[in-house]
Amino acid sequence: MIITNIEQVPGKNIIEHFGLVQGNTIRAKHIGRDFMASLKNIFGGELKGYTELLSEARSEATDRMKAQAEAFGANAIVNVRYSTSSVAQGAAELYAYGTAVRVE
Amino acid sequence: MIELIIFITLLAFGYIFGKMAENRHYKSIFAREKKLLRIPALTIKTIPQDNLQITGELVSGSVVVSVDYFKRFLANLRNLFGGRIISYETLLDRARREAILRMKEQAAEKGALVIMNVRLETASINKSSRKRNNVGSVEVFAYGTALAAVSNS
Repeated sequence: MIITNIEQVPGKNIIEHFGLVQGNTIRAKHIGRDFMASLKNIFGGELKGYTELLSEARSEATDRMKAQAEAFGANAIVNVRYSTSSVAQGAAELYAYGTAVRVE
Repeated sequence: MIELIIFITLLAFGYIFGKMAENRHYKSIFAREKKLLRIPALTIKTIPQDNLQITGELVSGSVVVSVDYFKRFLANLRNLFGGRIISYETLLDRARREAILRMKEQAAEKGALVIMNVRLETASINKSSRKRNNVGSVEVFAYGTALAAVSNS
């Protein structure tokens, strides 16, 4: 599965479009991580726990998008976008969407 | 009295360690930016037409950083009078550059020549109902399509 965020797959021709595919996940913060983060809030610096949490969540959303594309019989997703929104206090929604296509 | 002492200690700790962390971070950002200058990150979408056989793949980098206690205190003061909040400007600057660097590092591992259509996404994950620590930490996510040349061998 090739994923790009431009309108084509470099070096390949698109032969079929399948339309929009999407994947999302909502994650809440972990209490232990939250404690570490509140310590870091005094000293400043990177919150590694949150970085990990969010990148895990993003790959989960990407995997769901990929699964949907595979179900259509696609072998690439073009023009992928990511977006983040906070739905509730302490929880974040990660959303990935793109166009499923088949390339040669 | 005891509360005042705790408050001043936190301010001092925040000032000293925050300053150290920021300087260290900027140093490493400058060094790595110089090293990764050979992979330009572009915001254009069209692939330059030439005879190279290329492949593309999504690369991304993300980071969550927070400000220290001292800077948050300054920013809260600023909220009273209005104006520029310099401490948050450097926070976001560092976060964006770090995210772009991580994306470039991932691209460098894949042997990429250039990253096309770079997008930056900013989210404040620590949104709390208490007004006090509203910004505090910020997440920046950078992504783009890394182009690599196919070797002919």
